Amino acid sequence: MAADAAATLPLPKTRDRQTFARWMHLWLLLLLIATSLLSLGYGAADASLFGALAALMNGEAISHIEQVILLDVRLPRLLLGITVGAALAISGVLMQGLFRNPLADPGIVGVSAGASLGAIMAIVLGPLLPAGLLALTGNALIALSAFAGAWIAMLILYRVSTRQGRTSVATMLLAGIALAALTGAASGLLIYLADDQQLRDFTFWSLGSLGGTSWAKVWITAPIVFGAILLAIRLAHGLNCLALGEAAARHLGIRTEQLKSGAVLLTAAATGSAVAVSGGIGFIGIVVPHLLRLGTGPDHRPLLINAALLGATLLVGADIISRTIVAPAELPIGIVTAILGAPVFLWILLRRRGLVDL
Amino acid sequence: MRATGAIATRSGTALLATLMAIGWPLAAKAEPSRVVALGGSVTEIIYALGEEERLIARDTTSVYPEAATDLPDVGYMRALSAEGVLSVEPNLILAEEGAGPPEVVDILENARIPFVTIPDDYSPDGILAKIDAVGAALDVMEKAQDLRTEVAADLSSANSQAESLANGGEKRVLFILSLQDGRVMASGTNTAAHGIIEMAGAENAVTSFTGYKLLTDEALAAAAPDAILMMDRTGDHAATNEDLFAIPALSLTPAAEAEAVIRMNGLYLLGFGPRTAEAVRDLSVALYGG
Repeated sequence: MAADAAATLPLPKTRDRQTFARWMHLWLLLLLIATSLLSLGYGAADASLFGALAALMNGEAISHIEQVILLDVRLPRLLLGITVGAALAISGVLMQGLFRNPLADPGIVGVSAGASLGAIMAIVLGPLLPAGLLALTGNALIALSAFAGAWIAMLILYRVSTRQGRTSVATMLLAGIALAALTGAASGLLIYLADDQQLRDFTFWSLGSLGGTSWAKVWITAPIVFGAILLAIRLAHGLNCLALGEAAARHLGIRTEQLKSGAVLLTAAATGSAVAVSGGIGFIGIVVPHLLRLGTGPDHRPLLINAALLGATLLVGADIISRTIVAPAELPIGIVTAILGAPVFLWILLRRRGLVDL
Repeated sequence: MRATGAIATRSGTALLATLMAIGWPLAAKAEPSRVVALGGSVTEIIYALGEEERLIARDTTSVYPEAATDLPDVGYMRALSAEGVLSVEPNLILAEEGAGPPEVVDILENARIPFVTIPDDYSPDGILAKIDAVGAALDVMEKAQDLRTEVAADLSSANSQAESLANGGEKRVLFILSLQDGRVMASGTNTAAHGIIEMAGAENAVTSFTGYKLLTDEALAAAAPDAILMMDRTGDHAATNEDLFAIPALSLTPAAEAEAVIRMNGLYLLGFGPRTAEAVRDLSVALYGG
């Protein structure tokens, strides 16, 4: 694999890129840590992380409110932001790798449409559930229902596009469009039935927010997402081979069916849980992988790790903006990521047309 | 004031037993001096009680009286930010029903900030209950009693005035929330619009569903309203008479013939607060003349 210095043709600078990608891990990790500290230390309230730490060092007690803001508001929100950002970004990498299409994002396997349908079902039909069941799910009804919706949509899509043990990626793409139309119609029907308040709830849900964060959401989501990231890294080699085409990948000894089902399942797990707890947050899944490919090339192993780090950093950064720019109110984070993400995406398109015209 | 408030609280318990269940833990404590109001009618009641100097922040729907809009806005009451609300350092949060999300309410309760939910019901009694609940939470029961008596008298006089204006011939009123591509989003039952129409001595033209829904042309024609009621607002939801009567089904109704379109400020009309009696009067006069 090492680049041959004596080669007459300018071979890909594999080693350079590998070294660069490793440095990138470090830099992105530092960036994430810096953003995290900023996120913990800065917000609408006066509570400052450093003030609280200094107080603790000096053996002074910090006020109860400060404690609540730091430990029950900012910390779980930071952790959920990292989790959701990483989940969206690696799902983007997996989908773009699987479909060999730079425009693929988790929405392509029906996850977003399914989650959206699940959410509005919970919002509109939830109050009709028996009280006992409602008490059991508590505040988590919308999240649970969105997660279930994401999985059901993905499983249907996977089933439709798999015949005799072989999954057709092209069928999946087209069936995904049909399924999105169908879930869109079902959502539309529920929107028709919804009352004024439910409509507003759904609008806010689809704009995305980390505002309703609780520790419970962190405990449920983080293990699923970080498990998915670890497993996704094991698919990196397979995805690299798949970039050469499915037949070529099979000849290279890749079990392509396992690879495909793995990528789809991991995406559904990661995005499904991310969307369930945070609503619709766009553009992280598309922008982050592209941004990184510019620097470190198409190798999926460093790409996945970097995407998780950068996705987390961007989402935590966007969340800082979302919760401070109109303080004491907050702007839905989906608006922030789209405002920041869309121009970056356009810039990539304009600067590196070759990258996108795969 | 603290002492008299406490005495009034104790003597008022029999009448307000249920509401006191909410207000009692607060009444026992020091008078809350930093209050966040969530919901337009709650804010109006606080001003009507003359307790506005204790108000430190409000939500997006609290736009009356105008002085309230100078207060920091903590956002839409169903999509609050925990840190945003905590950042204004309240020691009491008064919220209309439905404030949330629940996770944020949990955090606020965890921060030991009393969170009082004010019941919402679209009837004269509902308004009085709100006044009682706000008065109890702010520990100003005496003032609340006065306001309650005043508002109750005002409401019943407005209602009887409306009844006499209607004189048995109740008009059918269609409340249009908005026009969407030439379709009408109308109010059914169990809404603030339904409540105010009934109080103004008129009849809601659409009672086949609850809440707000898009009406078909046929349902619109069948509703046969004598008058159309709308919120007077600009932007997306604004609709001129021409827009309205360009809708074929609507152009055939008695309301179109008489060009009877009434536009009123949204919070004034639908807020169910201290100004509702006035709104009832305005609406009944607009409907029946007077």
